[in-house]
Amino acid sequence: MVWQLDFWLLVILIVTAVIALSLKDLLAAVAALSAYSFFVALLFSQMGAIDVAFVEATLGAGISGVLFIVALFLTRRRSED
Amino acid sequence: MIKQHYQSIIVQTICSLLIPFIQLFALYVIFHGHYGPGGGFQGGVLLAVSIILQRLYLGIKISHQKFSPRLAMAFAAVGLLIYGLAGIIPMIFGGSFLDYGNLPLFWVHDAERRALGILIVEIGIGLGVFGTLVLIFDNLVGERW
Repeated sequence: MVWQLDFWLLVILIVTAVIALSLKDLLAAVAALSAYSFFVALLFSQMGAIDVAFVEATLGAGISGVLFIVALFLTRRRSED
Repeated sequence: MIKQHYQSIIVQTICSLLIPFIQLFALYVIFHGHYGPGGGFQGGVLLAVSIILQRLYLGIKISHQKFSPRLAMAFAAVGLLIYGLAGIIPMIFGGSFLDYGNLPLFWVHDAERRALGILIVEIGIGLGVFGTLVLIFDNLVGERW
């Protein structure tokens, strides 16, 4: 439990979440969301929950990014709001 | 969308080298799940990732010949069947739902029978998650099969 590591991981986590919400290019937003999932996984493993971190790294950063990109190919790439 | 295979020799070589190691690691995660981190769900996700990577670099047409979506549906159904039978059979032999101590494996010791029951349930969950995620990807791409 190093509080500096916790603090900076949380700061990067919030920054990537705000980036993923504010981007207009949805492909870049998917990449930012994958980075968000990866930092959640790092935070979980730093807090000792290895099992949850494993699920987050495989599902959040792996599968859901691929599924979002496939869904983007079927719709438009730019967001209008 | 992804009709033909990806036209780069580097990507094809790296992916075809990487896929067996991903599958081997997935089997390790499933079979080692009750000793360390991991389990049926994570191992099933890793198996599905290997098949989805093959779909991405080989193209839908060749990849459907190598691993068809009907086979993925059969894997998902067999996984659900294994999980359900491992839950129902102890109820027939006088226990409650998912009570591995009452599995009809009379030639193994009591504690070892419980460990074996956990392994059977993990294999069922892994097969179910594997088939379901590959099916989600195939239905999202939208090719007829």
